[in-house]
Amino acid sequence: MEKLQSMLDLKNVRKEILSERDPDKPCITISSGTCGRARGSQKVVEAIKNEIKRQNLEEKVDVRVTGCHGFCQVEPNLVIYPNEIFYQKLKPEDAKEIISKTIVNKKIVDRLLYVDVEKKEKVASMSDIPFYKKQVRNLMASNVLVDPRCINDYIAIGGYGALAKTLSEFTPKQVREEIKKSGLRGRGGGGFPTGRKWDSTHDAPGEPKYVIVNCDEGDPGAYMDRSVMEGNPHSVIEGLIIGAYAIGANEGYIYIREEYPLAVENTELAIKQAEEHGLLGKNILGSGFDFTIKIHRGAGAFVSGESSALMSAIEGKVGEPRPKYIHTSEKGLWDKPTCLNNVETWANVPLIINKGADWFRSMGTENSKGTKIFSLVGKVNNTGLVEVPMGITLRKIIYDIGGGIPNGKKFKAVQTGGPSGGCIPESQLDIPVDFDELKKAGSMMGSGGMIVMDEDTCMVDIAKYFVKFLSQESCGKCTPCREGLRQMLRILNDVTAGKATEKDIQLLEELSEVVKEASLCALGRTAPNPVLSTLKYFRDEYEAHLRGECPAKVCKDLIYYYIDPEKCTGCGLCLRGCPTGAISGQKKGVHTIDVEKCIKCGVCFDACKFDAISRITGRGS
Amino acid sequence: MKNISLTIDGKEVKAKEGMTVLQAAKTVGIEIPTLCNHEDLDPYGACRLCAVEVVKNNRVRLVAACCYPVEEGLIVKTSSERVNKIRKIILELLLPLAPTGPLYALAEKYGLCEYIKKSDEESEWKLVKELRFPVEKPTYCTLCGLCVRYCAEIKKGNVIGFVGRGVDRKVSLVPEENCGFCRDCENICEGGKFFSLLEL
Repeated sequence: MEKLQSMLDLKNVRKEILSERDPDKPCITISSGTCGRARGSQKVVEAIKNEIKRQNLEEKVDVRVTGCHGFCQVEPNLVIYPNEIFYQKLKPEDAKEIISKTIVNKKIVDRLLYVDVEKKEKVASMSDIPFYKKQVRNLMASNVLVDPRCINDYIAIGGYGALAKTLSEFTPKQVREEIKKSGLRGRGGGGFPTGRKWDSTHDAPGEPKYVIVNCDEGDPGAYMDRSVMEGNPHSVIEGLIIGAYAIGANEGYIYIREEYPLAVENTELAIKQAEEHGLLGKNILGSGFDFTIKIHRGAGAFVSGESSALMSAIEGKVGEPRPKYIHTSEKGLWDKPTCLNNVETWANVPLIINKGADWFRSMGTENSKGTKIFSLVGKVNNTGLVEVPMGITLRKIIYDIGGGIPNGKKFKAVQTGGPSGGCIPESQLDIPVDFDELKKAGSMMGSGGMIVMDEDTCMVDIAKYFVKFLSQESCGKCTPCREGLRQMLRILNDVTAGKATEKDIQLLEELSEVVKEASLCALGRTAPNPVLSTLKYFRDEYEAHLRGECPAKVCKDLIYYYIDPEKCTGCGLCLRGCPTGAISGQKKGVHTIDVEKCIKCGVCFDACKFDAISRITGRGS
Repeated sequence: MKNISLTIDGKEVKAKEGMTVLQAAKTVGIEIPTLCNHEDLDPYGACRLCAVEVVKNNRVRLVAACCYPVEEGLIVKTSSERVNKIRKIILELLLPLAPTGPLYALAEKYGLCEYIKKSDEESEWKLVKELRFPVEKPTYCTLCGLCVRYCAEIKKGNVIGFVGRGVDRKVSLVPEENCGFCRDCENICEGGKFFSLLEL
């Protein structure tokens, strides 16, 4: 492979690639990111490929294995081009019918289609599926079109065109101006104006300068960065090279967390292929600009996602934050000016260069421009990755795109921003999703995790979950975070065990204030948010726990399982399933639960077909 | 080095570029309480006792004085209701871990304990109220890092270090390194009361 020496070379290679591809030739594009693989997508891929071979159709149909398409609820799924036929919830056994019916006979396999519950009809084309239709998939759409292991796919959709344009038409200053004009703000949680960060790093004295991709995505429930890094690593690499050019850096790092091996594998390969094409290394595209990228793997700590901790880890030291009164853009990696940005931030850069700052500004709100990818998870019908313009309401995301709450349950809250964020109740569902509005509501956008909760969720238990998570992930360097979270967890454990008093709640609030104001880094400073936001909107639940009740019937120490003698048919299913022998009863007679032996596992509750078992709460019972 | 003028507790202070607020305050006789700070070591910013309020561009921030660099026109308040409340709670959190002289002496200033003279020879520290933040057992270590940092920065030994994360964080001898038993780490440990190398 000859290295590309100019913008013209790139254009010619793209032409060549496209000329070898027949847009009318059927192409089966299978979603196979980490989420798909967990649901068996690799077996489906194998089955499809084997069936194609078996029917001697290798010349007649292409198979493209891609990263995550985004509709994770219905994985494994695939799209057949050119008609965009969408098949979902696949098993390897479906391969035969798909090839025979759809590829050979050009007929749809009805049973594999998505069903629009509202309109009560089946949808054949991917673009007509409401989940996809209502999004603005600036970034995610490419995940469907490229095999991350194949740079030609990326070049075919225009990839590296932004880089070529940058190197041949813009000065570094012009690039920074364009990014500033676009209003792009950091997508990792901080929301800091990206252009301004690039300016500070460029203007700071010191050589060499560095650029870093932060792929240490640690918020529980968030996997947007994973999907972009696994599914389209070139988009991030292209953005990084453009940024490096704009800032004056010749070395870059991509920090990928230990738990994302597929992202590491695909990014390593992407870097290699880019180097072979002359898109990385010396004299990129004949421009005279040199840039190389190294991958650094994380070692399993949430706190290492904090920018100064991340840089410390790259330096070979323990991933612990330092006070950032002097910004890392001035003194970062090895005390040199360093620009760290999130995966999604970098991925937006080529789009802005190609389509212009004005295009980016046409989406979003006054102070939050562009689109954001959210991981919509929890008690919602359509879980997956949702990319929407800033300013859309939470209600639209959860109901219109997410399809609402399953099993007829009632919405209770949506948690945004991960452990640094807060819970937002029903009354606030119409606030526009944007950096500043979510902060005003007592939460924050964070990296984009959106966990939906229903009436069966205990908000005190949620607060406890996040405090436990952070107390385990705290680096332990500073007193307020380490000791403050330790004590907050102790109190929350007492609350959920029914052992706390009003004084404990006051202590919780007092500690929250100190942890929030005095901690060294953002992990500590934002750690009290889940507690403070649940106290703000769900104080009644805390007070119920003080009385020995868990209204959502979750906290094991405060609930009892009870068999209603009127409904019990004596079938004995519950007795047979009980792991501790707590249930007793004669055949066809009323069964009872011995509360002393009951460990509240809930197996009986799930087993009973007569609705005879219920959870009750309260000291009185 | 550039001259920098700032105001600390109403006093005009002339400082040099590169100084911290803690250092600048000392030049005008203002002592800010610290635990993890040492004039021979790089600032660490872990104990957070030196928290002070600074006003810059009409924004009030709480920062660690030992690490915050002086800035032209900065207004600093080393004591306020907010600051004192934070220092009190930090000491309240640390006392059960390290119930020893130097920490009691600091805690006294925030009304947490008093020094009782029982007789000519006997005296003791007594808590004013029962401590609100119990721990399983005292470790006699506030994790200030003075020992670790002294061994690294002054002795260039790197013989002791931190292991573990969060509440499991503790100081430990690095087995591969050769400790010469200079015991400087014990001396720097706030009066040597906090740990003995032999116990590590």
